[in-house]
Amino acid sequence: MLGYLTLIFTCQLIGELVTRALALPVPGPVIGMVLLFLFLLVRKGVPEGLGTVSATLLQNLSLLFVPAGTGVMLHFELIGRSLLPITLTLVVSTVLTIAVTALTMSWLSRGRGDV
Amino acid sequence: MSNLQDTWVYLSASPLFHLTLTLVAFQLGSWIYERSGRHPMLNPVLLAVIVIVGVLLATRTDYGTYFEGAQFVHFLLGPATVALAVPLYRQLDRVRSSALALVVSLVAGSVTAILSAILIGRMSGATPQILASLAPKSATTPVAMGITEQLGGVPTLTAVLVIVTGIVGAMLGPMVMTLLGVTDWTARGLAMGTASHGIGTARALQVSETAGAFSGLAMGLNALATALLLPVIWGLLS
Repeated sequence: MLGYLTLIFTCQLIGELVTRALALPVPGPVIGMVLLFLFLLVRKGVPEGLGTVSATLLQNLSLLFVPAGTGVMLHFELIGRSLLPITLTLVVSTVLTIAVTALTMSWLSRGRGDV
Repeated sequence: MSNLQDTWVYLSASPLFHLTLTLVAFQLGSWIYERSGRHPMLNPVLLAVIVIVGVLLATRTDYGTYFEGAQFVHFLLGPATVALAVPLYRQLDRVRSSALALVVSLVAGSVTAILSAILIGRMSGATPQILASLAPKSATTPVAMGITEQLGGVPTLTAVLVIVTGIVGAMLGPMVMTLLGVTDWTARGLAMGTASHGIGTARALQVSETAGAFSGLAMGLNALATALLLPVIWGLLS
């Protein structure tokens, strides 16, 4: 378990270093995800311990957004002044994005008979 | 009384209190969510934030003090993002067989997210500062904050708007896709991750590993797509 947790941290650390060194427009953890993915490709399978560690982290993924979400208290006034444009944009644009992505993907894969 | 005061002074200075508060509030939120039969409006992140903000306002605690404790939870976002490689690898065959459709849909979704945010924001009277903070809302937090900074917005406001976007997607996304008749997990997951990054992915993982894997992949790819496309679209529209 500890070994695989170290592996995940190491992937992230290398990711952070690569992003900074090459000034990439992608966050370090996303590069770390690519690195771990490459590791799994080379190893041709998910070791049991890694499966356990990743399941533990991902089962509680939404919890990890709570501290940043609480940052809303820093901006009550700013948000209050622009409540209408913010609400309208977030709701309509998010729904539209989900609809366009889902319909495009569903349409393109249906064409190939692969659902 | 002074004993109680001392205890409070000790507790509020230690990260333990606000770390525990975060965990308790989230579990309370999850409990209510499960009890309601997973009603989409009772999103656990939203409930947890409401409870925590209430406690912080009641105890006159500022966000910086709270974050000293909560940062330990916040920190795990990075490792959790790395861990998304595991469900992704398990879905390798599906990803490979739909690679082209996946990339086309992702770009379509990314452009829709950026374009609609800028246009709707502008039409509904957002100030330039708010607009710059709204534009990258569908990208994951670190990317979105970086873009906002370049455009002259408020990065910490963007962090909040990104979270709210995630919650809105998790609340409404499954319903919208069911109404549109989209039933396959690859398309549903891809859409959740493109529009609603990690919170959409968390929701997708709850219902299907396939949806979760495609959502995690879409989150990573949309971070890249938004970083590349947004400055171009922003330039064209202004």
